[in-house]
Amino acid sequence: MTKLMTDDTIIDRQRGTGSRTTFWLGVVGLVGAIALVFLGFFVAPPDDFQKDAVRMIFIHVPMAILTYVAFSLTAIGSVAWLWKRSIWWDTVAHGAAEVGVMFSGLTLFTGSIWGRITWGTYWDWGDVRLVTTLILFLIMVGYLAVRSFDGDEAVNATRAAVIGLIGAANMPVVNRSVTWWSSRRTLHQKSSLVNGKIEGLTLFTLMFALVVFSIIMLWMLIHRFRISWLERQVSEGDLSEALTARRAEARAGMDRETEENK
Amino acid sequence: MLTDARLVAAKDLRIELRSRVTVSQVVPFAGLVLVLFGFALDANRPTLDLATSGLFWVTVLFVAIMAVQRSTAVETTDGARRALLLAGVEPGAVFIGKAVAVAVQLLTVEVVLVGGIVVFYGASIEEPFLLASTCLVATIGIAATGTLLGALVAGVRARETVLPILMLPVLAPVLLGATRAFDDALGSVAVNGWSWLAMLTGFTAINIALGVLAYGVLLEET
Repeated sequence: MTKLMTDDTIIDRQRGTGSRTTFWLGVVGLVGAIALVFLGFFVAPPDDFQKDAVRMIFIHVPMAILTYVAFSLTAIGSVAWLWKRSIWWDTVAHGAAEVGVMFSGLTLFTGSIWGRITWGTYWDWGDVRLVTTLILFLIMVGYLAVRSFDGDEAVNATRAAVIGLIGAANMPVVNRSVTWWSSRRTLHQKSSLVNGKIEGLTLFTLMFALVVFSIIMLWMLIHRFRISWLERQVSEGDLSEALTARRAEARAGMDRETEENK
Repeated sequence: MLTDARLVAAKDLRIELRSRVTVSQVVPFAGLVLVLFGFALDANRPTLDLATSGLFWVTVLFVAIMAVQRSTAVETTDGARRALLLAGVEPGAVFIGKAVAVAVQLLTVEVVLVGGIVVFYGASIEEPFLLASTCLVATIGIAATGTLLGALVAGVRARETVLPILMLPVLAPVLLGATRAFDDALGSVAVNGWSWLAMLTGFTAINIALGVLAYGVLLEET
């Protein structure tokens, strides 16, 4: 990444946004995902109560955790943009928001499939974490909508950063209010990890899944970062090229005038 | 700062008063929404009793979107924002002033709406003080959040559609909290409305602080 920032010619046009690091990161992520399928479906034992449905945990829980990691990055990046005008952090915030929206969407999707199997309903309004994640998802969809406004990129970055800030500051209140609101009728189990109810191979597979998904997320973030960085350079490059061309024209015109005057 | 805020609020309210939009359009709209909810729920009294608080606050949120849109439009036309900045008014004061003006308009509509739910939905007010405090705190929270987000989308072509997308998810805690507190105040569900009011106060405080901090940046850059 540092190479990309110091010298934009390092990136080979043929290879896109990949580099040796991202190549191996991608390979590890892919192999890990295949191993996870094997571990999750064949090695980890079924649950006493949920039977095979418990295997959803290997996708749902890591996705949910990484959703919050991604949105935390967006919040940090937003603050860094507003405070230090750091383009680097602004680019991270944008990439993390996109990845986070995808992960939270998948969290909601896998959560409702799992809910259908174990609770018999796709959506449970009494479920604090599901409802909180939905609200966060909607706020971040708004963040991306603001990012897509036409006009000055720096202005949109400021707009988006304020939303990132509002979202982050309001999350505790959202979580608290949903907790109170739904306390009468919750279905979600208390965090099984903390209770120590998950153990042995299931716990190992879950931790393995978290590592694999983290690697995949990192891979996506780096690529997204590089794409944004290149986009920025292209738009800035266009402008400076156009300016140089106009200046050259003007200079040629002036030269001609002086020639004629002679 | 407070003098500036009062001037901005007075200016916005004067514009509203002279254009009579709140009285002639927003209040009828709010009443219409209440009637439509009555139709949608088949004017079923037990259902309406349970849903009254929620319907009240959903209506307030709709009205809030309209109020914030108008409040933002006032500043975007004729380069009024530039003029405000050039006048040396502190951005925090502009934020507070505009939020107060929106809150006053919303409270006016809420007075009419409370009458509406009593007449149309047969609601009875058991705890007037809780009802009034909830209206006040929740409305200030809505107005503060809305004003900040309004400034954020100012000058954007798609602002009419984007504003609700940004506002409504952030205001979800207000809908939950104010609805529960109203449930208690109207005696329809046995909950502790005061603890919900405390939550609403937290929400309002957070968003006023955010607004005072961030409004200036938005005012100068967008």
